[in-house]
Amino acid sequence: MAKLDLNRISMPRQDGKERRNNFNEVALGYSDEQAISEAQRCIQCPKQPCIAGCPVGIDIPGFIKAVIEKDMPEAARILKNKNSLPAICGRVCPQESQCEVVCTLSKKGAPIAIGRLERYVADWERRNKPNIPDADPPEPDGKRVAVVGSGPAGLTAAAELAKLGYRVTIFEGLHMPGGVLMYGIPEFRLPKEIVRAEVDYVISLGVELQLDSLVGKLFTIDELLAVGYDAVFLGTGAGLPMFLNIPGENLNGIYSANEFLTRINLMKAYLFPEYDTPVKIGKKVAVIGGGNVAMDSARCAIRLGADQVYIVYRRSEQEMPARREEVENAREEGIQFKFLTNPKRLIGNEKNWVTGMECLEMELGEPDASGRRRPIAKPGTEFIIELDEAIIALGTTPNPLIASTTSDLETTKYGTVVADKITGKTVKDKVWAGGDVMTGSDTVISAMGAAKRAAADIDDYLKHH
Amino acid sequence: MGDDISPIRHEQKLADGGHTCKQAPEMLDKGSNLILLKEDLAPNIHLFKLNAPIISNKVRAGQFAIIRIGEKGERIPLTFADWDKEEGSITIIFMKIGTSTHKLALMQPGDSITNVVGPLGIPTNIEKYGTVLCVGGGIGIAPITPIARALKAAGNKVISIIGARGKELLFWEDRLRNISDELIVCTDDGSCGRGVLVTEVLRELCESEQRIDRVFAIGPAIMMKYCAETTRPFGIKTIASLNSIMVDGTGMCGCCRVSVGGQTRFACVDGPEFDAHQVDWDELLSRQCTYIDEESYSLREWRRKQSNTV
Ligand SMILES: Cc1cc2nc3c(=O)[nH]c(=O)nc-3n(C[C@H](O)[C@H](O)[C@H](O)COP(=O)(O)OP(=O)(O)OC[C@H]3O[C@@H](n4cnc5c(N)ncnc54)[C@H](O)[C@@H]3O)c2cc1C
Ligand SMILES: Cc1cc2nc3c(=O)[nH]c(=O)nc-3n(C[C@H](O)[C@H](O)[C@H](O)COP(=O)(O)OP(=O)(O)OC[C@H]3O[C@@H](n4cnc5c(N)ncnc54)[C@H](O)[C@@H]3O)c2cc1C
Ligand code: FES
Repeated sequence: MAKLDLNRISMPRQDGKERRNNFNEVALGYSDEQAISEAQRCIQCPKQPCIAGCPVGIDIPGFIKAVIEKDMPEAARILKNKNSLPAICGRVCPQESQCEVVCTLSKKGAPIAIGRLERYVADWERRNKPNIPDADPPEPDGKRVAVVGSGPAGLTAAAELAKLGYRVTIFEGLHMPGGVLMYGIPEFRLPKEIVRAEVDYVISLGVELQLDSLVGKLFTIDELLAVGYDAVFLGTGAGLPMFLNIPGENLNGIYSANEFLTRINLMKAYLFPEYDTPVKIGKKVAVIGGGNVAMDSARCAIRLGADQVYIVYRRSEQEMPARREEVENAREEGIQFKFLTNPKRLIGNEKNWVTGMECLEMELGEPDASGRRRPIAKPGTEFIIELDEAIIALGTTPNPLIASTTSDLETTKYGTVVADKITGKTVKDKVWAGGDVMTGSDTVISAMGAAKRAAADIDDYLKHH
Repeated sequence: MGDDISPIRHEQKLADGGHTCKQAPEMLDKGSNLILLKEDLAPNIHLFKLNAPIISNKVRAGQFAIIRIGEKGERIPLTFADWDKEEGSITIIFMKIGTSTHKLALMQPGDSITNVVGPLGIPTNIEKYGTVLCVGGGIGIAPITPIARALKAAGNKVISIIGARGKELLFWEDRLRNISDELIVCTDDGSCGRGVLVTEVLRELCESEQRIDRVFAIGPAIMMKYCAETTRPFGIKTIASLNSIMVDGTGMCGCCRVSVGGQTRFACVDGPEFDAHQVDWDELLSRQCTYIDEESYSLREWRRKQSNTV
């Protein structure tokens, strides 16, 4: 066997100091040489654990082999065979806990950089637009499917069903399609041009996109079925922000991460006053939470001119759910981490603006239901962090709007829609669900996987009814 | 998430009101948001009638739309002042105060508003209460009108009180007079009707022999706060429509959060109407001022650009 090459090629990135001042993409992507060197490290092991690690089962060794052979159209074809949004997934998937963690070379500490290669191939495809022959879509058979929500789940379900010959309409409540890809994940991590290209692709398949259409208000699921849609797919995500429920939370200067990121990403407040929507940036900003949403909020705040940005997290670094790469990026950009710290109350001045946050030190106890060690407050350790802005990034749950206006739909106490884990079929006739609305906040790739399985089941159902 | 969670079964509830659309899916097309009619009601107060057939079919009193003007525009909430199902139109009335409303005021019949989403918010709870007072202050005259109309249709005795700084800022008096059993007009400067604040009239009515079953108040937050203080000692249930700053209007951001009875509520989805005696008015008033500096900067910049282009 050839000697193992453990020299994982790092990703070229914008310099940490420089990128603090712009919203341009941080990771710059592999050059051709870098991509080929990285691909050549793959030992094409027979067990192919990476495929099982991928939530949508991409033939990873296959596309890497095509990269080595410089057959880029083939590499792109293999990727797109299982993943219709590779340019997005290559950028935002948590590879370190999916395909890369199980890579045979992972045991030696140098797994193949699968995500970076995926991004490389997808970007090549976007630039070169090869004529990958799409299987000719079958003639529309007249059956109609309504897809609610245009995040990764909705876009995937719509594309799959359109390719199968159904007439698909996407109803989106906001004025722009893309869901979290558009309003949540910032430009410097996922350029919006890429999301737009993916949306255009879905529309090119004949999908009708109806924006400004909030289902549950403009019309209900029952009405969509009554006017002649043969099936409905719910991809409405988990868009309801959670708050800390501690005193002082409604002071001025306190944002939910959803609001902060929506102002910046969807409404482009970072270009105010050219764009009309403003956003406040404090000098000292604390972001509460340890996931991707917290990292994104902190990194936006530093780019918009905050002097100091803290991530306040109640467990330790190890338990943080954010992608490793983004934690490293955040640190390089000067974000400071306060671990084992939990807010107790927010303090304001006479004008109702936040000036500080009283916190408690925490320690880790036994693992809880999530498998992570449970944080326990240490009594008497109160201290105050001075700040003039706080961003609460605790996570989100599904918006109750659809569930409360649809007959016979079942939800859990967390507000997620009850549906079959594999097929996404809800207990309501003709209605499927997939993505965050079914699982609670999860990942782009799992939303896409769920949508794909649901689309297959919808197809199966419509063929027989 | 575990499997042990017992599911909650939701009862059938049609979207706010249960007018089921019976059209074919093509007919779910939202229409063009085309401006059909523009009326200048007062110096700085304008009315637009828009083509929006599906929305017009769904709106009920107390609900609002969020609109956006141009690709660089912000999302701003405006209440439905009227709607016509037959014509497929909705009517909004707005006061020109900042950048977005200045931009809107420049639009003309034949233009289309980039985005209109709605109907948002929970409709007014219309019942036969008995005698109701509808108080509209300033631009609040517009949103109180459909509520007064619905209350009247539900069999209430409706007394409307409207107020503005001066005669020139009053509008829709005739409309409200036709809808209401009684209309009392006040102006701060006494140029029309009585020269007192609406809260003064409200207090007099609360003190009078007449039994008042419910009060609805819409206007600037400070006016609604004092309406609440006026009716509180009399124990008359008072509903106010909160105008907190909003972004999405769908419950996604929490920007619009208000404290009601010590609990955080989202005005866009839990409201906009709440029990005025339970609202933390000072919190609302201070949250409304969050972007005061940015708003005046934005308007200055917009004016500068406008004068450069003419
Ligand atoms: C800031 C942030 C960073 C993230 N970073 C990552 C990451 O790096 N990697 C990763 O894998 N995942 C990440 N995630 C999670 C990931 O984005 C989500 O898991 C994924 O977007 C879920 O897709 P979805 O299609 O189910 O829902 P969403 O993307 O939430 O889309 C739902 C869509 O439905 C619309 N909608 C909702 N209700 C209605 C209605 N009633 N009528 C009409 N339309 C409606 C919404 O407006 C929205 O457009 C991140 C999330 C956030 C918020
Ligand atoms: C549910 C609801 C219904 C409303 N109905 C009407 C109506 O029928 N007619 C009408 O004239 N006005 C209405 N308003 C107020 C209207 O939304 C604001 O006047 C408008 O947003 C001002 O925008 P601007 O850019 O012109 O002014 P700006 O200079 O941006 O702001 C002026 C003031 O308006 C408020 N405001 C600013 N941005 C927003 C925002 N995004 N959301 C809410 N308030 C904001 C703030 O208090 C601010 O101090 C309503 C508000 C709400 C919440
Ligand atoms: S405006 Fe965003 S939640 Fe109400």
